[in-house]
Amino acid sequence: MRIRLNGDPYEIAGPLTVSALLALLDIDARRVAVEHNLFVVKRAQYDRAEIHEGDEIEIVNFVGGG
Amino acid sequence: MNQSSGSAVDTLTGAAVDPLVIAGKTFQSRLIVGTGKYATFDIMRRAHEASGADMVTVAVRRVNISDRTKESLLDYIDPARFFILPNTAACYTADEAVRTARLGREAGLSNWVKLEVIGDERTLFPDNEQLVAATRILVNEGFVVLPYTSDDLVTCRKLEDAGAAAVMPLGAPIGSGLGIQNVNNIRIIREFARVPLIVDAGVGTASDAALAMELGADGVLMNTAIAGAQDAITMAEAMKLAVRAGRLAYKAGRIPPKMYATASSPVEGLVGR
Repeated sequence: MRIRLNGDPYEIAGPLTVSALLALLDIDARRVAVEHNLFVVKRAQYDRAEIHEGDEIEIVNFVGGG
Repeated sequence: MNQSSGSAVDTLTGAAVDPLVIAGKTFQSRLIVGTGKYATFDIMRRAHEASGADMVTVAVRRVNISDRTKESLLDYIDPARFFILPNTAACYTADEAVRTARLGREAGLSNWVKLEVIGDERTLFPDNEQLVAATRILVNEGFVVLPYTSDDLVTCRKLEDAGAAAVMPLGAPIGSGLGIQNVNNIRIIREFARVPLIVDAGVGTASDAALAMELGADGVLMNTAIAGAQDAITMAEAMKLAVRAGRLAYKAGRIPPKMYATASSPVEGLVGR
């Protein structure tokens, strides 16, 4: 299925949970925040929140700034 | 110890008894520093240590999906030692800023945000209308909002009314190093502010930070002045001392400036008169 990941099209086998997506991308879930179709996903929901065809996902972390 | 003195020190811990308190949270240092533009993460970490700050601000950005090899900023910030303040830098609308603040809250461990809503690319001046709107939304969602604003009393008042936990007027454009351009505006905001006043942006060197504190600011936030200095670690220490010196001078109460001289030595008993 095709989703939009951080603004770009992304091809992935699915549907899958946010946890599964983070694992697939080798991202430490404790250091990021995830937005699913414009709503922030609480960390406790990562195992349940399911991503489907056409969904928009944003994965952010902290970077240097002032 | 003498609590009324600006140099009062806790006899047991040796800690300064002049903390910065924002929304009920106590910070030992009145200097808040950024995490951007350092030559290396290691220099940043050492500069943070030298600055004596206990709050650092960070930006919220998309994870690089294609390149996961980059080091993480958080490997160089000890959360036990530094309070991490996510910011909404480079957001141009209240909507973007609110969205970024919500993500920052989830990525971090607190509901604090340094709120920036920029209105102009060249100057990075704030869009105060959007800023007040975003402050209102985030305060309603339980955020502790520290808004970066123009050095304008009326805007600061609107931010207070919207529930901001502090007001953070600029001294000069972000990263400009011009120092405090409108001293009197900061003085006026100081006179009327009911929440902590943090001068955010524009500091170029130590005397700028000292001046901000002498004007009565409760704290100073800076990034480029330290990160961009030829020796960031030494500049960080200079800023620590400047903020402390400026604070003590403010509390001590300076003499009024006068046009002409007043002799410091007695005029009587001069030899040969």
